Amino acid sequence: MEQFIQLLIGGIAQGMIYALVAFGYNITFSTSRSFNFSHGNFLMLGGVVGLILYINNQLPFLAMVFAVVLVGLVMGLILYKSSIEPSLKSKSNYAWILATLAFGIILKNMVEVFWSTDDFRFDSPLGNAPMRVLGVGVLPQEILIIVVALCIVVAVESFKKYTIFGKAIVAVSEDKNTASLMGINQRFVILFSFLLSSVIACLAGVLVAPITMVGATMGTVLGVKAYAVSIIGGLESGYGVLLGGLIIGLSEAFTARYISTGYKDAPGFLILILVLLFLPSGIFGKTIIKKV
Amino acid sequence: MKKIFLAKLTTVALAVVAVVSSFRPMDGDPIKVGVYGPFSGGSAPMGLSMRNGVRLAVNEINAAGGVMGRKIELVERDDEAKNERGGQIMQELLFKEEVSAILGPINTGVADASTKYSNEKKVPQIINVAAGAKVNDLFATTPDNYIFRIAANDYVQSEMIIREALQKRKFKKPALLCDDTNYGQGGRAKMEAALAKRKITPVSVGKFKLKDTDMTAQLQEAKAAGADVLLVYGIGPELAAIANNLEKIGWKVQIIGGWTLSMSNFINNAGKNGNGATMPQTFIENGAVNGKAAKFLAAYEAAYKEKNIPVAVAAAQGYDSVYLLKMAIEQAGSTDGPKVKAALENFKKGYAGVTGTYKKPFSATDHEAIHEANVVMGVVKDGIVVPPIK
Repeated sequence: MEQFIQLLIGGIAQGMIYALVAFGYNITFSTSRSFNFSHGNFLMLGGVVGLILYINNQLPFLAMVFAVVLVGLVMGLILYKSSIEPSLKSKSNYAWILATLAFGIILKNMVEVFWSTDDFRFDSPLGNAPMRVLGVGVLPQEILIIVVALCIVVAVESFKKYTIFGKAIVAVSEDKNTASLMGINQRFVILFSFLLSSVIACLAGVLVAPITMVGATMGTVLGVKAYAVSIIGGLESGYGVLLGGLIIGLSEAFTARYISTGYKDAPGFLILILVLLFLPSGIFGKTIIKKV
Repeated sequence: MKKIFLAKLTTVALAVVAVVSSFRPMDGDPIKVGVYGPFSGGSAPMGLSMRNGVRLAVNEINAAGGVMGRKIELVERDDEAKNERGGQIMQELLFKEEVSAILGPINTGVADASTKYSNEKKVPQIINVAAGAKVNDLFATTPDNYIFRIAANDYVQSEMIIREALQKRKFKKPALLCDDTNYGQGGRAKMEAALAKRKITPVSVGKFKLKDTDMTAQLQEAKAAGADVLLVYGIGPELAAIANNLEKIGWKVQIIGGWTLSMSNFINNAGKNGNGATMPQTFIENGAVNGKAAKFLAAYEAAYKEKNIPVAVAAAQGYDSVYLLKMAIEQAGSTDGPKVKAALENFKKGYAGVTGTYKKPFSATDHEAIHEANVVMGVVKDGIVVPPIK
């Protein structure tokens, strides 16, 4: 039983990490039908900046978080101007994929060249020692991850539902042209969604750093797993990513323990294939009928 | 008439010889040596430390007048720890750059994907880190083998790990935990073989991937199987995740494993949880150093401003690999591949290096410089690797 609960908590924490990264894809996909393929590298940048300021330069935690948000905003703007806007203008459906991928490669290599190629320890502000509850070890950071991920998803979803600007975002994601006719500045909404997504990625980097360690490659695997989470949950559904994250996170933990550590990733991707076959727009996704 | 014809013929012949020889490297030209390894990505600390060690030795040699009056010129390539990049780089180094010898790489898979090119072109290659790569195993398929190694190979390492665990520390139920790369799985197979020799089967065999940070399931499996010691094979960051997860699930168990437990990114990331981890070492930075090793450390610190070398073993082996090559070229009196190989196999003078003293590092049937006698078990203690406690 102890073992089971230990796995459950580990799986949930891992799942929430995936969900938070996947949420970044959803935010921009709903407004612009495109997303940042190097989202994982934005996460990495957040982690690296956090490490430099908080661990190496001993800045207060909140000042570091503020700086990371700022970095997220600036990077989001650069990404939008360099990779998204030109490809949306050119009416190319796929240019953004290559442009954002290239952006991420440049980002990762710059970190490797100008900073370091090593992995570094990021001490959690809540301490590294696990708490013991009924024989189960829980890291304070794991609880923080679960709470913060839930808060961010709920906050953004409520913002979309209950504020006027949030409703504008929903309007753009429903139908861009009609939204424009209604006087909504479509381009600004898309820019805003990219800024939001990249800020969340950078914050996620700081959040997961104590668990994953900080290095130029910390975001690569997370970014890829998060695609799967996004698709399982539904690329347009905010709360769907939470379920998608839990499915992948828990299936990894339990498969590794009770089937084989070698097949850890298999069930998650099996579910991905099943979802693509039977629910192509995700478990929580809406099926949209496109009229031609 | 006949005399004039002969004179003309001689002139032509001389001219041909002159033209042909002008294509061959002149005595003053630098000797090109290829170095490759992962200089970016997760394995980069090993690659960069190795490269620093190599560069240090080359700078020393060039400052002292070079090899047979010729300077050594390094041609460096980043293989990103990708197997296919290894093959591409080898073709570039051998057929475009036409290097005289090759040093590296770090990763077992990369090495196995690239050694056949050295053998084809008959250019000596000294592997200075990759522990799992085939070296002596190649004799079966390639009797004319140009691959040498100065690093504790997996046979040596796994034998020493098993002996430490079973004979010295009297553990009875080992659990294996290895990453899913060529290196990790090669190590697993060799540790299993070394256990089988003693009629023991591991109580559990677990696997993990690079960048995995949650090892709870693997550790629970080993614990539930009743393991009393954990034998690991992987690289720094994931090994640190194992040590940290052990603390999380509250299991105190001894970790013994491959030399990579001495990597700085294991020691730093595991912190106090890494204390006691034990691994075979060819070079211990904080050990009782001989004169040569102390000189090497001082020179390394002066050149790269690094107090604790991120991967000291890789740096030391990289440094020694250059000197072995230099001595072989001098003994052969040429950079011709087969002649250098013959010299490597039959050293006239011994070599006192940073990783140890070698009377005759290689022979025609044994291309491994490092045997168990050159290796000691190191232990992690408060952030550094120290020699074994007697």
